Amino acid sequence: MGSKTPLFDSHKAAGARIVDFGGWDMPLHYGSQKEEHHCVRQNAGMFDVSHMTIVDLSGDRVRAFLQYLLANDVARLEDYGKALYTCMLNADGGVIDDLIVYYLSDSDYRLIVNAATRDKDLAWIREQAEAYEVQVVERSELAMVAVQGPVARELAAPCIDAEHREAALALKPFYGLQAGDAFVARTGYTGEDGWEICVPAADAAALWDCLMAAGVSPCGLGARDTLRLEAAMNLYGSDMDETISPLAAGLNWTVAWQPEGRDFIGRTALETIRESGDRQRFVGLLLEDRGVLRDHQRVVVDGIGEGEITSGGFSPTMGKSIALARMPAGDYDRAQVDVRGKLLNVRIVKTPFVRNGQVQIDTQEKDQ
Amino acid sequence: MSELPGDLLYTKDHEWLRREDDGSVTIGITDHAQGALGDLVYVELPEVGQDVEEAGEMAVVESVKAASDVYAPIGGSIVAVNEDLADDPEKINADPYGDGWIVRLLPADAIDEGTLLSPDNYQAVVDELDD
Repeated sequence: MGSKTPLFDSHKAAGARIVDFGGWDMPLHYGSQKEEHHCVRQNAGMFDVSHMTIVDLSGDRVRAFLQYLLANDVARLEDYGKALYTCMLNADGGVIDDLIVYYLSDSDYRLIVNAATRDKDLAWIREQAEAYEVQVVERSELAMVAVQGPVARELAAPCIDAEHREAALALKPFYGLQAGDAFVARTGYTGEDGWEICVPAADAAALWDCLMAAGVSPCGLGARDTLRLEAAMNLYGSDMDETISPLAAGLNWTVAWQPEGRDFIGRTALETIRESGDRQRFVGLLLEDRGVLRDHQRVVVDGIGEGEITSGGFSPTMGKSIALARMPAGDYDRAQVDVRGKLLNVRIVKTPFVRNGQVQIDTQEKDQ
Repeated sequence: MSELPGDLLYTKDHEWLRREDDGSVTIGITDHAQGALGDLVYVELPEVGQDVEEAGEMAVVESVKAASDVYAPIGGSIVAVNEDLADDPEKINADPYGDGWIVRLLPADAIDEGTLLSPDNYQAVVDELDD
């Protein structure tokens, strides 16, 4: 038996198939993963993400601390409530975790980190925080629900405290605000519009019930994974880990090289990798033959070398198999994947595959 | 849990077999198996005429979640495959004992029912898993 979120009973009542996820008993789906996926692309779905770890940081030097701890630069956060996606690196430039940081006040920031990496993240953050006299407080008493889809905010609005409802609806993408006891942010992991809502554990079931009554469908971790794969959002532990730099995981855009004088953990190692001219590619693959691409399958590029699928699966929106893959340097747009001993044809495509309900790539293109 | 068809034989690998009048055997996966796999998105079928050995790989069913081998519960020669599954693998989810059949094979030897499970015995296997 694993840990249970405050919504465990709600999941059981909704008919969830429960699976272990990083030590947590979480819903995989509530009947059909594909239907849940389509629901988020076309309407609105909700995910219990209470297993994720919320960490509040406070102190006079918290900003300087985060500029040292994180590869992206919190100086980019100029307005209260603004969020930033970033990696937290080790000294070798490997990714300890990817996370979202919110700027709450000049002395308060909030981090949301992955569930499976909780222990090592907290230990690392606390170790680094000491010199900056920053207080590190895990908010395990908070639950979190992600409401995602084109009409997610509209349907979820009545479930937000009336006094703050208008302000919540006015949030720009990647901003959050405190709305009574809830913290509402216009963020997500699906490629759709929506909110992630943190509430005290005692309020979680009421929020869930309110969202259900509003017509938001419960969705499990299965749909969460196919949605994020279509949106080409990295999954920690699959697409990157402590041995992989953000430069080899398509996350160059999250590394703030400027200002040059900012010393962040992993910077020297990343600069060495950058200067070495190692140009591994992190790409999207579209399977042109029948079959399904899966994690760890070998990708072969004729005359160039081999790569590996880091996240593969079936795209319910496209009705085709897609993947993210780490590939050798070079100029090529086709490859083959070893699927149980058979070489299947894939095309290298620009990601994301799907965004805001729309397929972003031409799935029909064939040999020129 | 839906009731198991009483006229079928089962395996502990969650496959079912139906003896047809012409001596062939139709094979599919059970309702429990399709439920555990989740929405099916692709089925890799053998060629008609292909010989399969008992316990050998016969087909692959892939769901949104994972790929799973379907092993031949008995040895024989493939006489038919369910071509409809190519475009509509979810037939297995919708009707695992009917439209979701996977292959039909002609057994190489007389079927030894002792190596297969009756509906009651298979139900016991499933019940144990659900505990």
